[in-house]
Amino acid sequence: MYNAKYIIPGLIIFALLFTFPFWYNLGAVTYEPVELELPEDFDDCIESTEFMRTEHMKLLDEWRDIYVRDGYQLYWSELKEQYFLMSLTKTCMDCHDNKEDFCDRCHDQTAVDPYCWDCHHTEP
Amino acid sequence: MNSNRRKFIKIAGLAALGWSICPPLAGARTSRYKRIEEGLRAERWAMAIDTAKLTQEVMDRAIAACHELHNVPKIENDQNIKWIWVETFYNLIYDQSHPFLQERQLPVLTLCNHCDNPPCVRVCPTKATFSREDGIVLMDFHRCIGCRFCMAGCPYGARSFNYFDPKLFLNEDDMNRDFPARDMGVVEKCEFCAHLLDQGERPACVEAAEGALFFGDVRDPDSEVRQVLRERYSLVRKPKLGTEPQVYYLI
Amino acid sequence: MLEKAIQGSALYWIWLLVLLAVIGVGFFSYLTQLDQGLSVTGLNRDVSWGFYIAQFTFLVGVAASAVMMVIPKYLHNHKAYARMLILGEFLAVAAVIMCLLFIIADLGQPQRLFNVILYPTPSSILFWDMVVLNGYLFLNIFVGWVTLQAERKRVGPPRWIIPFIYISIPWAISIHTVTAFLYAGLPGRDFWLTAVLAPSFLASAFAAGPALLILLAYVIKIFAKWDPGKEAIQSLAKVVIYAMLAHLFIIACKVFTAAYSMVPDKLEHYKYLYFGLEGHTMLATFSWVAISAGVIAVITLLFPKNRQADNILAFSMILVLMSTWIDKGLGLITAGFIPTPLHHMATYVPTQTELLITLGIWATGFLIITVLYKVGIGVRKEIESG
Repeated sequence: MYNAKYIIPGLIIFALLFTFPFWYNLGAVTYEPVELELPEDFDDCIESTEFMRTEHMKLLDEWRDIYVRDGYQLYWSELKEQYFLMSLTKTCMDCHDNKEDFCDRCHDQTAVDPYCWDCHHTEP
Repeated sequence: MNSNRRKFIKIAGLAALGWSICPPLAGARTSRYKRIEEGLRAERWAMAIDTAKLTQEVMDRAIAACHELHNVPKIENDQNIKWIWVETFYNLIYDQSHPFLQERQLPVLTLCNHCDNPPCVRVCPTKATFSREDGIVLMDFHRCIGCRFCMAGCPYGARSFNYFDPKLFLNEDDMNRDFPARDMGVVEKCEFCAHLLDQGERPACVEAAEGALFFGDVRDPDSEVRQVLRERYSLVRKPKLGTEPQVYYLI
Repeated sequence: MLEKAIQGSALYWIWLLVLLAVIGVGFFSYLTQLDQGLSVTGLNRDVSWGFYIAQFTFLVGVAASAVMMVIPKYLHNHKAYARMLILGEFLAVAAVIMCLLFIIADLGQPQRLFNVILYPTPSSILFWDMVVLNGYLFLNIFVGWVTLQAERKRVGPPRWIIPFIYISIPWAISIHTVTAFLYAGLPGRDFWLTAVLAPSFLASAFAAGPALLILLAYVIKIFAKWDPGKEAIQSLAKVVIYAMLAHLFIIACKVFTAAYSMVPDKLEHYKYLYFGLEGHTMLATFSWVAISAGVIAVITLLFPKNRQADNILAFSMILVLMSTWIDKGLGLITAGFIPTPLHHMATYVPTQTELLITLGIWATGFLIITVLYKVGIGVRKEIESG
């Protein structure tokens, strides 16, 4: 092959770099579902657990636009059939009063670092 | 058959395009949302400042009420943050003053004018600052990229930038939990207490100033603001710029 | 063609390493700024734009000035520029990249940069600046590369590239016009609120860009042993003189309007710029250096004999660059903010961190220029040696 002594090492280095995330995490602990500390007085959140688990970030994203930009303050919960104030601090953190044992546990495990609490208070 | 399928795909494609450009067309999502019923509403909010009643004590109270409510950090240099503060009458209204004007050195409150035609909104590249339907010019701190075009655009010096992380200057325990803090690198300013109005309360400075500040719907002929504007002579800042400020100074 | 960038003398590699070292220092300074925010700069509540935005404005001009070679070459078939044009186009590429870097360095929340695209706002001139600058970057890389490739194969540029070349002409004008509109459309800033701002930007740009190009041509002559041609340099020198005259003339017009009308809102800014306010005269000193350098350069160059002497021409080009850089890079932004909308005096002096980041971005630009010129000149040498 023409210029093989450059091309083959180049290809090997490229392949190694490209697959870096895979072999870097080879020995690492695999994902395990975390135990979350849930509020005791309630059976459900404002929507179903499945919905909240997968969609809470989208819900909060929508809330912040609707609250800040559109001037609506209340959210109608189909599940609870009542209105809730769209407030991370006053609504979410009112029940989920333990950020470390609820929010952080899952966020740490999935390696996400939301910046909500850089500005928003963790307790009402 | 063939042409039908083509037509169907065309329409589906257009619908997908339309939906991707403007999602609300596909179904109103705002139906799930409601305003608080007790919220105060107006066609156009405005403030009138009675310069005769502005004692140092009244102004200090108004500033403290605002800055405590909104967690405004106290920074002792020129990278500071101000929502409402004191200037001399001349500095505010120099284009309508003269050397022998009695009120020249009079200290006066100043804040965002919530212009009807706000240049800051016009220049913002992300709509992070925007006009609400009731005329309040608001900041969306989530969206601001910190380009500071609005600060150059504002002819009144009403805007401040978070050069520092404001939490460095705020005490966690003293912070007001009804209002968030801000991130480093975003612009902020007076909001006419939009969040209080929405809950049915009047702006903090208006409450604290006990009668020196009037607040109301300037389009409503019977409002408190319109009443004082009828009775007293009033000025706005830099009227020739066409920004249509909604903070009136009663002389 | 890119392989020519990795075949160079020891000097070439040392130069690249020096630039990389400066970039590294700038990058570390930027990490400090990311961590501590723009508090590490000299910017403040009243002077909210400074050194970064000023460099950006100056470099948009340098980028736009490539059009001063494109027009004679493609519209008037001015053959003298044929060999050197690629240098102009590649300089534009480096300048636009520096512009974009300066904008990013100036943002308080750079990680949210793409909000400008996610929430497009046509009412904002900054949105249009993003559009025209990126478009111009693409046009210059594209046109420069395709024409160079064609030359290498000893054929004329492909027909389909011609429309792109023609579009690049008004596009070049647009980038500096839109940049001027950033300032000229702000109601409360009387220093900038003038219809003549965009023309004055273009005039100083068409002096600064070709002046930089002439200096680069001399550097190339010495270090790359390749002569871009006396005629091309002489043509560019004439462009510099005309543009510099226009620039000085427009300054005089602006000063007259403010000084004779005596409208305080305008006059105060010029007082600050040329005499200082409340004892703050540092900027005024620079302003007079700029005016003097500009006038001396123009007077010198008006004599053909001086123009044809390489060392006098090179020195005059340094004066022109100094003059135009102080005008946009120091005076324009600061004097626009002082006095403040509340008639207060404010001050602004860039901090060390700010200067190091600025230096890092300039070094990035020079790195890009060096590599692109290495390629361009390599190809030209290959063609010319047959």
